[in-house]
Amino acid sequence: MLELRNVTRTIAGVDHIRDVSLTLRHGSLNVLLGPTLSGKTSLMRIMAGLDVPTAGSVWFDGVDVTGVPVRRRNVAMVYQQFINYPSMTVYENIASPLRVAGADDATIKREVGRAAELLKLTPYLARTPLNLSGGQQQRTALARAIVKNASLVLLDEPLANLDYKLREELREELPKIFAAAGTIFVYATTEPHEALLLGGNTATLSEGRITQFGPTIEVFRRPNDLVTARTFADPPLNTIVLRKSGSSFKLDGGVNLPVPADLAGIADDEYTIGFQPHHLSLSASRPEAVPIRAKVTASEITGSESFVHLDFADVRWVMLAHGIHSFEPDQEIEVFLDPRHIMIFDSSGRSVSARDRMAA
Amino acid sequence: MARIECNHIRHAYTANPTSPKDYALKEVNHVFEDGGAYALLGPSGCGKTTLLNIISGLLQPSHGELRFDGREVTNLSTQERNIAQVFQFPVIYDTMTVYDNLAFPLRNRSVPEADVDRRVRETLEMTGLADMAKRRARGLTADQKQKISLGRGLVRHDVNAILFDEPLTVIDPHMKWVLRSQLKQLHRRFGYTMVYVTHDQTEALTFAEQVVVMYDGEIVQIGTPAELFERPKHTFVGYFIGSPGMNVVPVSVDGRSARLGGQTIELPGAVPSSNGAGRTELGVRPEYVRLSENGIPATITKVEDIGRHRVVHANVEGHHIAAIVAEHAEIPADPKIAFDPAGINLYADSWRVELGG
Amino acid sequence: MDKPWNNKAWFMVLPVLVLVAFSAVIPLMTVVNYSVQDTFGNNIFFWVGTAWYEDILTSSRFWQAMGRNLAFSAIILAIQIPLGIFVALNMPRSGWGVPVCLVLMALPLLIPWNVVGTIWQVFGRIDIGLLGYTMNSLGINYNYVSDPVAAWITLVLMDVWHWTSLVVLLCYAGLVSIPDAYYQAAKIDGASRWAVFRYIQLPKMNRVLLIAVLLRFMDSFMTYTEPFVVTGGGPGNSTTFMSIDLVKMAIGQFDLGPAAAMSIVYFLIVLLLSWVFYTVMTNYGRDS
Repeated sequence: MLELRNVTRTIAGVDHIRDVSLTLRHGSLNVLLGPTLSGKTSLMRIMAGLDVPTAGSVWFDGVDVTGVPVRRRNVAMVYQQFINYPSMTVYENIASPLRVAGADDATIKREVGRAAELLKLTPYLARTPLNLSGGQQQRTALARAIVKNASLVLLDEPLANLDYKLREELREELPKIFAAAGTIFVYATTEPHEALLLGGNTATLSEGRITQFGPTIEVFRRPNDLVTARTFADPPLNTIVLRKSGSSFKLDGGVNLPVPADLAGIADDEYTIGFQPHHLSLSASRPEAVPIRAKVTASEITGSESFVHLDFADVRWVMLAHGIHSFEPDQEIEVFLDPRHIMIFDSSGRSVSARDRMAA
Repeated sequence: MARIECNHIRHAYTANPTSPKDYALKEVNHVFEDGGAYALLGPSGCGKTTLLNIISGLLQPSHGELRFDGREVTNLSTQERNIAQVFQFPVIYDTMTVYDNLAFPLRNRSVPEADVDRRVRETLEMTGLADMAKRRARGLTADQKQKISLGRGLVRHDVNAILFDEPLTVIDPHMKWVLRSQLKQLHRRFGYTMVYVTHDQTEALTFAEQVVVMYDGEIVQIGTPAELFERPKHTFVGYFIGSPGMNVVPVSVDGRSARLGGQTIELPGAVPSSNGAGRTELGVRPEYVRLSENGIPATITKVEDIGRHRVVHANVEGHHIAAIVAEHAEIPADPKIAFDPAGINLYADSWRVELGG
Repeated sequence: MDKPWNNKAWFMVLPVLVLVAFSAVIPLMTVVNYSVQDTFGNNIFFWVGTAWYEDILTSSRFWQAMGRNLAFSAIILAIQIPLGIFVALNMPRSGWGVPVCLVLMALPLLIPWNVVGTIWQVFGRIDIGLLGYTMNSLGINYNYVSDPVAAWITLVLMDVWHWTSLVVLLCYAGLVSIPDAYYQAAKIDGASRWAVFRYIQLPKMNRVLLIAVLLRFMDSFMTYTEPFVVTGGGPGNSTTFMSIDLVKMAIGQFDLGPAAAMSIVYFLIVLLLSWVFYTVMTNYGRDS
């Protein structure tokens, strides 16, 4: 079990990590999701022992390892850049951590063979990394991380420098790697889509703080606050500020959204309503769908789906509609919001539904 | 703005190319119409950047000619072609302010300072850099620097074309949406001829009116996003576009029906009789695979919940089939799989076969 | 700053500290000790306080020598830095020319100082030297033994020949690290050759230029061997630099006290000027 207890890291007066507490269990996959400079890499460096927190402590299996340097921890790390020994063959690259550990030749042969098989590198074992494609180079780096049999494996945006389709292929391989028993995996990414595909747990990061940690799909569907919801949305989360009065959220001349039955008791006030782009649609699929008139600013077609950018009372929204829909810019259209999936945040950005659920 | 004509363009990076293998670009014939928004889409090493650099004049093609509005420009320098290009990684002039960075291409062309100021201010506004105009470009974040690069591409109004070489690589996902839709709006407002190179299908399809799919130095298919999605001409297009890509399974065909293992699938049309030889495959996108009560028996191997929908991976007659299922739809306990006839494509030796009535 | 705190790390740097103590700190302290005392031999010393310093700083001999040093360094920097940049810009970026150029450039750097001095001493002689003989047979009056101007020209030429390639190599290293995309973007932006130099190459060479200026300044300011071998400080005192003067004083006249005081002054001047260069160049181009 890896525990961060109230970890803060400050460099030259700037907080890179602010008061992070996190517990990661053996055999779990944990995604750190957040934009560039949100603190993902800083946090991983602290987990690895490359950096020491300014305040707080790091515990591994109940032992305080805060000041223990990285070479005395059993950690493997894979980076965004493809880092391999350029003069060694793929075989020797994968074997290198075993050699350092002093394994015998038979073990090395067996372990390298197994890792190469898993990552489809067997035909390339005799080549040097520079004669491989980017995808194969990163597979080699991943293989080196697996054979090390580390108790903590840190992957810092390992797919960021690969082609879109190669990412998809390598992502398919990753669960096999994550199957390694007892290891804690930490995977940093900027892409919500990637977090969802990986599954496991997700910690959302914003400005050096962890805003929420839990099972990935839970964090996605039920964010505790607006910052988490925004971090975990691609396309961007649609929001609108509405005033609750009685049984509905209202905006003059625009929206009249019924307050969900279980939240009928919340105070009359201004709330920020958030919803995902696919919860807007062009037709009222359900009777309770709320019609809204909005102006089209642009439409993008991906083949099976259309992203329609909308302007509603000077707020920018994106609608994800199935099928191909092309609209003229500045055209006014009627869209429907599915009220079952809206998220409601109070003026401080806390999720009202989460707050009330906790209170109950 | 110009109409860009590529006539028999081939390019090899080696001095004396002998076999077709030596060519990074094998015979490209294509016209980029005036004012069009195009994407060049393909995996790394497919020749898309080579083609882009040939258009901008950073590379001289080994063979063939290039015409802008009918005028031959093959031997003209980049400056003479009057092209704007944005690169994958931000290129900024460190010692200049953001404002001067944007003014640089205009001042180099001796544009009067009053016009420079007007256009730079417009572009700063457009790219959201207005509040940092006076700051030195060094020390900005990667996406701010890339906005400067984009700005320098957009600041000249009289260019023949604006070329983009994977410009959003270093941009965070949220910012990508903003910048991409801004590019689209600019295209509509000013009618620039734009060519956008990317390996990312979403970027290509959302940006372009016409997508040029390239593979191994050749153009495989040119079409609208919808055409590429619904009627991929080659199984590579089916695989490369779509997430997950098209399901492709080997079948044997008899008239209007295809046999997959022990199962029969009705085809939407008859196969032309002339087509007999070679490998025959059925291609269906996951979006057209239905999980239902009746159809072909399948075993579900994995379900991925990616938020807005779920991807169901199933084994059908020993082949892997992916299906896309709506967010809250039921997945039956004893699933059968059916293919929507609208999404059925047939391939002979990887190329699409037009089905008869 | 990014490394974990580890007390044992101090043991690792201990050998270096000991070495620096023996090679720098202890000799320096000895010199400081000499500079505040006088001796009449027999290892008997008298405390004289700052008397030697006052002597040095009020002597015209010292200020003249320093003036020569400053002039020499200024000329050297004014020639070598632009020339080095110019050569580096015109060196090939790829192909067989690269190793050839690099080896040619490195050659002068590999020759020991005194050999360089001897080469030029012979080269410039009017009886047997190629340079001296040719110049005089062309009717140009060139004789570095009698003419101070000729002596200076010879010393400057020699230093330029010896050390410009260091500047070239440093600038070249800076230039090759500039990604191709910068040049491509500049072409697209319609930048002139000068603009490419001013806005891309020069800023990217900034760091290596700083190193080049510092190295060349310190080296030329402390020049000793070559002028000593070629001119011996003459004709007259026209090429007597501080280093040469110092040696004359310490070994020729055995005035240890004044020599020690002068060494300290000399050392402080080098330190001060290097710091000035460093501060000016690192702050150049920063946000105001």
